Amino acid sequence: MTALLTVLLACYLLGGLLPLCTTRLYLQNVFAHGCAAAAGVAGLVLGVAGLLSTAPLTLSLASNIPQLTFALRLDPLAAFFVLTISLVGLAASVYAYGYVEEFSGRVSVGLLGSLLNGFLLSMTLVVLADNGFFFLILWEVMSLLSYVLVVTEHEKPGVREAGLFYLIMTHVGTAFIILTFLIFFQETDSFSFEAFRHPDQQLPEGLRSVAFFTALIGFGAKAGIVPLHVWLPYAHPAAPSHISALMSGVMIKTAIYGLIRVYFDFMGGVFPWWWGFALLVLGTVSALLGVMYALMEHDLKSLLAFHSVENIGIILLGIGAGMIFHTYGLHELAALGLLAGLYHTINHAAFKALLFLGAGALQFATHTRHIEEYGGLLRRMPWTGAFFLVGAVSIAALPPTNGFVSEWLVFQSLFLSFQLPTLFLKLMLPIAAAMLALTGALALACFAKAFGISFLAQPRSTQARHAKEVPRSMLAGMGFLAGLCVVLGLAPMLVVPLLDRVTAPLTGAAISSQVLALDGWVVAPVTVEFSSISTPVLAMLLVGAGALGLLMARLCGKGLRARYYKTWGCGLNLTPRMEYTATGFAQPIKQVFETIYQPTVKLEQEFLEQSKYFIKHQRFESHIEPVFEKYLYQPVVALMLATADRLRIIQAGSLHLYLTYIFVTLVLLLLWAG
Amino acid sequence: MQAIIHIVLVILQLALLLTLSPFVVGLIRKVKARLQCRRGASLFQPYADLAKLFRKQPVISSTTSWIFTAAPYIVFASTIAAGLLMPVFVSHTPLNFAGNIIALVYLLALGTFFLILAGLDAGSAFGGMGSSREAIVATLAEPAMMLSILSIALTAGSTNLSTIVHQSALMEGDVVAPPAHLMALAALFIVTLAETGRVPVDNPATHLELTMIHEAMLLEYSGRYLALMEWAAGIKLLVFLTLIVNVFAPWGIATSLVPSAIAVGLLVYLVKVSALAIVIGVIESMFAKLRLFRVPEMLGAAFILSLLALVFFYTLKG
Repeated sequence: MTALLTVLLACYLLGGLLPLCTTRLYLQNVFAHGCAAAAGVAGLVLGVAGLLSTAPLTLSLASNIPQLTFALRLDPLAAFFVLTISLVGLAASVYAYGYVEEFSGRVSVGLLGSLLNGFLLSMTLVVLADNGFFFLILWEVMSLLSYVLVVTEHEKPGVREAGLFYLIMTHVGTAFIILTFLIFFQETDSFSFEAFRHPDQQLPEGLRSVAFFTALIGFGAKAGIVPLHVWLPYAHPAAPSHISALMSGVMIKTAIYGLIRVYFDFMGGVFPWWWGFALLVLGTVSALLGVMYALMEHDLKSLLAFHSVENIGIILLGIGAGMIFHTYGLHELAALGLLAGLYHTINHAAFKALLFLGAGALQFATHTRHIEEYGGLLRRMPWTGAFFLVGAVSIAALPPTNGFVSEWLVFQSLFLSFQLPTLFLKLMLPIAAAMLALTGALALACFAKAFGISFLAQPRSTQARHAKEVPRSMLAGMGFLAGLCVVLGLAPMLVVPLLDRVTAPLTGAAISSQVLALDGWVVAPVTVEFSSISTPVLAMLLVGAGALGLLMARLCGKGLRARYYKTWGCGLNLTPRMEYTATGFAQPIKQVFETIYQPTVKLEQEFLEQSKYFIKHQRFESHIEPVFEKYLYQPVVALMLATADRLRIIQAGSLHLYLTYIFVTLVLLLLWAG
Repeated sequence: MQAIIHIVLVILQLALLLTLSPFVVGLIRKVKARLQCRRGASLFQPYADLAKLFRKQPVISSTTSWIFTAAPYIVFASTIAAGLLMPVFVSHTPLNFAGNIIALVYLLALGTFFLILAGLDAGSAFGGMGSSREAIVATLAEPAMMLSILSIALTAGSTNLSTIVHQSALMEGDVVAPPAHLMALAALFIVTLAETGRVPVDNPATHLELTMIHEAMLLEYSGRYLALMEWAAGIKLLVFLTLIVNVFAPWGIATSLVPSAIAVGLLVYLVKVSALAIVIGVIESMFAKLRLFRVPEMLGAAFILSLLALVFFYTLKG
């Protein structure tokens, strides 16, 4: 395994350096994405090996800086995230080989590829780091590299603002993570994770709760938990699509990793019930608001970014339920909740990355991200369309795909709440389940909109009419992830035992043999009598029933061939302008959930002078209120600007004054030290 | 031997779903006609309609993609798959292990998803309108459905449909349903009306564009594709009716695989489903269709009812 790890690191480092050593575009492209793909394969093997091995792999390199050791540790939890990162990294780098053509001439392909390798390397190392100091350095490198990648196309409007917003938010998050580690450091006098998780050096009660909140805010800002999600729909879409896929698919998962690492590992899984409950509430709110705002979004990549907020919410629901069960000593149910959360983590990585790559392919073909300008693309880009459909069905959690399996597991862990001792929680978990059902239904509506408006009916713009299928390497990247979605859905018997190796040490209960019944064909938490699903059988049923329909149509139709004729349009010839738009499709939902959206409509009309019944010119605008930005962020920004304005007095630009400050500070420090 | 019995049972259930669903549709139409003092078409008219549609040449819109022709098969398959997961006239369904009640709900959602896509594919405003409305109705029905299912599941201690039905069928002396059960029943009934496009929500008998939802999505379909879509809609209705009668009134269902018990179970099932279909026919005649934006209130009421069912379950149980 050490050799594998070395290969992985070497590939990423080579991929980071080689593209910068040559000026030939083709070589830059091959080096960068070839190395990243090779490292992805190595990471995949390493991840699986790490999950299967019994003892964690540790590597350590001392440094001259106190408290900092370059320590790496590959335990099952880290291995799972290495596996997830590598899977998506592999697909994204294969895809990027064709996709960077979009940027050639405007952005250095070599630099972009080199940064991609660096970004992947930093993410992989973040989950492997076994020292707080080292972790923070890597976390910062990851954040900065992703910032640089977000502003790749800085000449476009809005990109730099999005980047700045992201930079600020991620640093607020980092500050809180530093705070968390400092709390641990204060108790243990060490930055090594080994000391943090040592059972003899546990934090006192009050400090634990403080650490809970600082970790939640710190990692929550990266994960995009509501209300810290506001940067995500700006930053993720601004990046090139393969980077968006990595940011939405895996970078936000490093925050999930951080949360599990701190709560279950460092704190030894000892926590009051309201910690899990807080995660459950945040998860529910994130899931619901994420999908609701996604429905109103017509920029395909922003829509997908909002769905990341939703899915992080679903993951938190699983983890939160697991934590609640853990508090009450229901270790097997805790393992189930955590397992559901982790299953959704890898599923979301697969389908969200696939959808972002698909969105990139659409942008590649049409040079726009606006859904209303797509249309009819399934006939022009059949493969991209088919892969996107797989992603859409998966994210809408429809059987027999992977999204269905993990959401089903989350549902089960919420339903099992009747084993909890308090009435309050017994009621709250089912309500969370009902909200998850609402989320799922809204996600279905949202992806019916995204796929239906983009790929079906007639093209709504000239770009869409002239769209062509994307290069093979891009299709290969998407195809790999689509295949992954199918495998993760149809073969839970392969996934559950691996996940069980992650959750068993954290919760103290191995449930793989219990969850998988009938030789693994059936997923059944607790017992088959309580609940079970079998996605392979469901898939066979669907295929069989579909074949039955086909057979009947064949037998009765006697070879009747369909006739093609234009759509009925009340006697008119239908044009794309008469089609239902994405805005129109989402209109009833906007109206029903008015309280949340607070839509505003502006209509300006200019009439003919002769009669007010003839409109010369009109302009219609419709907006929804960005509630969090307006009521939560703007006041904070305003306060900070006002404070900064006041503080300007002490920074008047006079060198003498500054020297005085330094002198006064020195004197004060000396007095304090003495 | 066991395996053969199971296969026979699955085939029987499949055959029953396929053959009974047009009858239920015909029965509701007949009831409505009688209440309007019309004689109405024969009870078996829907069979003739299906047979005719299957033999007609389909016309497909030239702007559509493969989604349009694949959707009828997917909708049909997902509805049948959902129907095979639940107990119909025998409380032990062989395929029950393949999915519990959540899987059933999500299989139906798979059909809804492709139905919505099919509505959008032809590119006419009608299809889009139907799809958009179907999306909002399905969205709002889902949480109420999930909560009402949960409160039933809690009573039986299982989310597995066979277990739920078997358990409640065995509690024969305990006929009086607790309030939690009644509220869940009311909620699920409202959800049924919404999900199967019955009157207060949608009108299955009209092509008037301002009111239709389901019909609008099917507007461009013809021939065998329309037949499959209509049949699937009938099966979906039957699935919901079966769910209600078997979960809330499982009396008479065969709890063992004795031939006589199965025969009784089949007979009782036919009577119960017909009775419920007549109730739906009466309700369709009594109420006018709601405005689309009043539907959320109705489904909100269903949600509250199911929530109350849950509260009642826990408080009454102590």
